[in-house]
Amino acid sequence: MSQTGSTDVLVIGGGLAGTWAAIAAAREGAEVVLADKGHCGTSGVTATAGPGHWWVPPEARDAAVADRLKRSLGLGDPDWMRRILDLTWTSLPTLRGYYDFSTDDEGRPFYRGLRGPEYMRAMRNLALAQGVRILDHHPALELLRHGDGSIAGASGLALRGERPWTIRAGAVVLATGGCAFASRLLGSATNTGDGLLMGVEAGADLSGMEFTNYYTPAMAGTNMARSMAYSFARWFDADDRELDIPNGPDVTPHLARALMAGPLFCRLDRVPEDIRRVMPQVQPNFVLPFDRKGIDAYRDRFEVTLHAEGTVRGIGGLRVTDQACQTQVPGLFAAGDAASRELVTGAISGGGAVNSSWALSSGQWAGAGAARLALGQGARADALVVASGRAGLRPARAEGPVDLKAAVQVVRDELNDYGRNIFRRGATLAGSIRRLDDVWIDLADHARGEGRASLRTREAAALVAAGRWSKASALARRESRGMHRREDAAGPDPRFAARQRAGGLSTVWTAFEPTGAQAEVA
Amino acid sequence: MIEVVIDERCTGCGTCVDACPSDVLEVGSDGKARIARQADCQTCLLCELHCASDALFVWPDCEAPAGITAAQALASGQLGAFRRNSGWGEHAATHSNQHWRMGSIFERARLQAIQIAAQKSAQATSAQAEETTR
Repeated sequence: MSQTGSTDVLVIGGGLAGTWAAIAAAREGAEVVLADKGHCGTSGVTATAGPGHWWVPPEARDAAVADRLKRSLGLGDPDWMRRILDLTWTSLPTLRGYYDFSTDDEGRPFYRGLRGPEYMRAMRNLALAQGVRILDHHPALELLRHGDGSIAGASGLALRGERPWTIRAGAVVLATGGCAFASRLLGSATNTGDGLLMGVEAGADLSGMEFTNYYTPAMAGTNMARSMAYSFARWFDADDRELDIPNGPDVTPHLARALMAGPLFCRLDRVPEDIRRVMPQVQPNFVLPFDRKGIDAYRDRFEVTLHAEGTVRGIGGLRVTDQACQTQVPGLFAAGDAASRELVTGAISGGGAVNSSWALSSGQWAGAGAARLALGQGARADALVVASGRAGLRPARAEGPVDLKAAVQVVRDELNDYGRNIFRRGATLAGSIRRLDDVWIDLADHARGEGRASLRTREAAALVAAGRWSKASALARRESRGMHRREDAAGPDPRFAARQRAGGLSTVWTAFEPTGAQAEVA
Repeated sequence: MIEVVIDERCTGCGTCVDACPSDVLEVGSDGKARIARQADCQTCLLCELHCASDALFVWPDCEAPAGITAAQALASGQLGAFRRNSGWGEHAATHSNQHWRMGSIFERARLQAIQIAAQKSAQATSAQAEETTR
């Protein structure tokens, strides 16, 4: 039996952005349902991490924005940067009573950084206290639209009992996270790009999808991708020769080249003694693989790998078109890593800090905007609606078996591989597009699943779709800018000093925005 | 991946079943948590953190199960270590959250990298000078 219901605002995704969105919508007086694919409180990449925020006192903000704008390489927007700085500063202290803020060595409360599991536990409790109805293990599979194209709600699957659900809503916030392209990045297993696919099917478009090549080191065989301890690392090849790799923001291409040549090893013997002592209480999950495997992290040499972050610490996502983070589809809002972060990061990664501030801010803007829209027009729960989901739900041709594991493996091969994704070339990108297109056609034409298999089918479709948008955008940006690195087009080209949109399902398209004001800062 | 539930510790409270973001666990007919969909485990460790009776054991390898037994998990001394280091539950007084130090640790690493680069360039310069003198 299926569950049906209606609400003012439906938030899809219960990570950092989704919880901020739900709380903001409830504060506007809206009835709010939050549906999470996993469990709101442990889902998403914040829950396993320790996000700092972009936390700048008012008097230092002009300088911080000017610096960030310069580093955004022509694609950032100073107004949006100021907006997230302002809102971050006023929002974090409101978590007192839900998050046990530490005090620094001078006894001042420390708001800037929160440890992931405790942060998300606080966000869940605050959402519940605001009256948000949380549906855990309720993945959304598709959006519903009114005849006029505006968003009418969503349908999905309740994992327990494998029952379908439908929720009609006056507005929907997509906060489904980034797409990690099925890499082993810590906390990202549910970040399969579902919101990008649902959004594009419903008429939204994307921006910045070429910026998908940020990587983070981890002990080989584990998903424990953490950058803090590795910023002290010494790196070695298989013959134990130390490699001349300077640590810093540009370390990834060096590590990737070493990994392409053979196994890569690391020693953390330069981590100062006092930091070693507090590490278990700073980052408890970092020390765990070493402790369990009996490796002395600060003495022994151990093998490392790099995990692809896709659009998580990459940049691309749904394009927002107004200050409330609405997409070009009326009633559909996007927040956090599901939205493009180019406005605040430009062509370089927002790392943990700017991205967390973006999630906190875009979440609240989207939630409040969705609430105002929904309260103004109501849920229109009796109006006829159209289901917008296609690939994996409604095959274009005869339903038939599709090898989902093989499809996901193609995404891994094309989007995670160091050579293909970090050191990009036109011919290689075109090859990736061909292979991903073949997988897409097979999925869109034949794939369909029941129960849990319907979720896996949709996840595979979303991963492949996001991969196609990324490769098409990377191919069209025939220059190197920020993290996007073209071996066949070194350096930035002023003609490309603009954000690039993407979209399309059967045929993928990309288009550069008119430059205008953006060109001046490039 | 999640390897084993220690039955004699599990109270069947179902907290881990709810907390798992990948819906890997369920409460079995014996009233104990059991691993229902191990292949879906993403090795996020959060089930361990949410288990107040330290009845779950996750092995850090994320690609395939390692086949750890309950006896091995118990002998490891690692059951509950993540929850203890995180200062959850009864460990709050002894294991405070030191996460706020992260920014200053990154800053120490940045300064160390600058220092090492300066040393290297000084060595290179003196080596070059030696070469010229010869």
